[in-house]
Amino acid sequence: MDLTYGADYDAFREEVKAFIREHKHRQPQPGDGLRSQALKNWQSVLIEHGYHSRTVPRDYGGYGAEPDIIKSRIISEEFGAERVHRGFNGQGVTMLTPVLLEMGTEEQKQAFVSPTIKAEIIWCQGYSEPGAGSDLASLTTKAELDGDEWVINGQKIWTSTAHHADWMFCLVRTEPDAPKHLGISFLLFRMDTPGIEIRPLVDMTGDANFNEVFFTDVRVPKNQIVGERGQGWQVANAVLGHERGSLATPDAATNRLNGVKRLMREESISGQPIIDNPVFRDRLMRLEGRVLAMQYNDMRLLSAKINKNQDVRLAKMIVKLIGTELRHEIECLGIDVMGEIGLSYGDNPHVKGLGSWQYQYMFYLGLIIGGGTSQIQKNIISERGLGMPKEPKISAAEKAVKGA
Amino acid sequence: MEFGLSQDQLLLDDSVRKFLSAEVPLDAVRSLAAGEGSDASVWRGLADMGLAGVLIPEAHGGAEMGMLDAVVIAEALGYAACPGPFLSTAVMASFLLKEAGATDPLASMATGEYRVGIAFSDVIGARKGQVTESDSKLSGQSLFAFDAEADAYLVALADGQVLMIEASEVTRASLTTIDKTRSVCELTFDASPACLVTEDMALVKQTILRGRAVQAADTLGAAQYMLDQAVAYSLERKQFNRVVGSFQAVKHMCAEMASQLEPCRAFTWYAGHAFDEGADDAGLTACHAKAHLAEVGQFVAKTSTEVHGGMGFTDLLGLHYWFKRIGFNRQLLGSPEVVRHEAAVLQGLCD
Repeated sequence: MDLTYGADYDAFREEVKAFIREHKHRQPQPGDGLRSQALKNWQSVLIEHGYHSRTVPRDYGGYGAEPDIIKSRIISEEFGAERVHRGFNGQGVTMLTPVLLEMGTEEQKQAFVSPTIKAEIIWCQGYSEPGAGSDLASLTTKAELDGDEWVINGQKIWTSTAHHADWMFCLVRTEPDAPKHLGISFLLFRMDTPGIEIRPLVDMTGDANFNEVFFTDVRVPKNQIVGERGQGWQVANAVLGHERGSLATPDAATNRLNGVKRLMREESISGQPIIDNPVFRDRLMRLEGRVLAMQYNDMRLLSAKINKNQDVRLAKMIVKLIGTELRHEIECLGIDVMGEIGLSYGDNPHVKGLGSWQYQYMFYLGLIIGGGTSQIQKNIISERGLGMPKEPKISAAEKAVKGA
Repeated sequence: MEFGLSQDQLLLDDSVRKFLSAEVPLDAVRSLAAGEGSDASVWRGLADMGLAGVLIPEAHGGAEMGMLDAVVIAEALGYAACPGPFLSTAVMASFLLKEAGATDPLASMATGEYRVGIAFSDVIGARKGQVTESDSKLSGQSLFAFDAEADAYLVALADGQVLMIEASEVTRASLTTIDKTRSVCELTFDASPACLVTEDMALVKQTILRGRAVQAADTLGAAQYMLDQAVAYSLERKQFNRVVGSFQAVKHMCAEMASQLEPCRAFTWYAGHAFDEGADDAGLTACHAKAHLAEVGQFVAKTSTEVHGGMGFTDLLGLHYWFKRIGFNRQLLGSPEVVRHEAAVLQGLCD
C-alpha cells in the first residue's frame, strides 16, 4: 500500500495548480451555453495546456500526451477542488472520439476528431429505441443500401442533446438476416438531413433532457460508416463500458454529501440548526460511510489500471448500481433536512441551491434506470461477477403449452 | 502509487487461510461452540505463524507488522469463524501495552502463551462507572470482557485509567452470547490488586478505534463466507427442474450482497493502512468502517440465510455461526448508531 504519487507527480500537481491560478478567470460563466464563444475559447485553452483531450494525438487536434492515469487523476482532483470548468464533455467527446481513433478511417479522423473535441461539432447518440432498451441488440431501425447511400427508417429514443446536435452517431440494422448482434452497423450523419424529425421528451424534472428522433427515408452517404457492415455492436460496446462507470463517480457523491453537510450547518428548523438533530445526523453519517466505501473502491480501481495483476472485475461492475442509488439517497437527504423548504422547485423564492436537490433526486432516478437499469446491472454482476447461470431460454414446447 | 496488498500481505493471507481451512473446519467450529475442547492449539498454531505478535515489536519477540496486516488476518479469521483472542490479545492489548510502555508481558503474548483480555465496558457505555479503583485495588463489575480464557485483563475505568489484573485475582463468570465462537465473561472485583498501565484516555480511545477497524475486517470475512456459501448452494439446489441460482430473484439477492460487500474490501484495507501511516482520518475511517460493515454484514447475513431457504435456518449447515459472528461484531465496541455518533464528533459536527 503506497498512496503517494511520487515527486514527479507532485511537480505535475504544482503545474496544474499554477494553470488554474493563472487561467481560472477565463472559464465560462453560468449562462454561457453550448454554442457560446466563451466555451469554445475555454476549450482551446484547456486543450493547449493538456487539460482536455489530453491523449488525443496532435495530428487530430489534441494535446498528444501518453496516457497517464495518475496525471488524469491529479487534474480531476485539482479542477474539482477549485470547482473549475472541465470544458465541454458531450457524448461526441467522451464516446465517439475514442471510437473514431480506434476504428475510424484516416479520413474520418481528419474530418471529425478535431472539430468534435473543440466543441465545434456537437453530437448526439442514437442507440436506444422504444423496443430496444435493456435488450439494445434487438434494435430495428434499419438502413438499406441504395446506390451510394444508406436509406434509414425507424425511431430512436432517449436521445439527449438531439435538439442541439449537429451530427448523430447511430446504431442501425443493416443485415436483417444475420444474428442480432452481427446485423448492426455504426453510422454518422448530419441532423439537418431531410427526413429527421426531433420531438422533445419532457421528463419528470420538467425539462426535456431527452428526445425522440424519427427517421423517414433519411439518405446518408455510404462511406459514413465506422467499422465494417455488421460490426456496429462491437464498436458501440467498446464505449458503453466507459459510460457506466462515469454516471455516478464517488468524487461527485462526496461533493454532494459535503453540500448536505453545509446545508445542515447553515439551515435551521424551529430555531435548531439541522446538524444538531441526531436523527438527520445519523442519516448523514450512514451515507458518509457508504460514500467512503465507494471512494476507496475507486482508488483500488485506479491502482489496478497501473498494476495490471490486480483482479478488480467485480469491484468495477458494481460501480454504476451502487453509485447511482447512493446519489439518489444523498439528494433525498438534502431535501428531507430542509423540511417544507425542501418542496421548493423552479421559481420558488425559498428554493436552496438553485433547486438542485429535488432536480438531482429525480435526475438520479433517471440514471438508476438509464445506461443499463439496476436490474440489468444485477444480472451482469451475478452472471459475470459471481458465475451464476443466465435465465434459461423457454423451449418451443413450453411456449406452445403456455400459448395453449 | 499502489492501493492494494503487498506480495508479503498476499502470502500472509494465503498461509493463514490454508492453516484455517485445515485446522478450523466446520466440525471444529461446531465442537468448540459446543464447549468441547479448547481453542488453545489453534491459537498456538496461529501464534507460530506470527499472528499473536502482529503488532508487537521484534525486540519483544513479535512480528512487528502493521494494522493493515492485522486487517488481512482478521478477514481470514472471520471467513473461518475462527475462535481465539486475536482482537483482544493480538490487537487491542498489544497496542495499548506497547504504547503505554508496559512491555513486560509482550514477549509471552507474542508466543501465544499469555492471553490478555479486554474489559472496557465502562468506556464503551455499557455500564458507566461500574468499576472503581482505590490504592491500585479494583472493585465493582465489568461486563462483556473478552475472552473468558484470558490470563489477565486490561480494565478501563470511566476516567481513562487502565489497570492490568491477573485472572486469578478476579471472579469470572462466563456469559452466554449468541456467538459461541467467541467467549465473553463478567468480571467481579472485590478490592482486587491490579497494576496501573496508563491514565491516558486518548490511548484508550485509540485502542478501541483499532479494535473497530479489525472488527470491520472480521465482519467482511464472515460476510464473504456467507455470500460464497449462498452462491454455491444456489448452484446445487434444484427446484422446478432448475438450479435455484438460475432464477433472477435469487441472482439479484446475490448480486446485491456482492455489490455492497465488494467496496468494503478496499474500505477495510484503507482503515488499517490509515493507522500505519498515522493519517489524520484514521479514527474517523475506523468508526465508519465498523458501522458500515455492521450494516452490510447484517444485510448479507440475512440475505444469505434466505438464499439457503429452510436449510439456512437449520443447524445442519452451520451457517448460523457466521450469522451470529456478524451480529456479535455489530454490538461489541459500539453499535452502529453509537459509532456513527463518534464519527460525527470526530469531524466536529457535534459535541
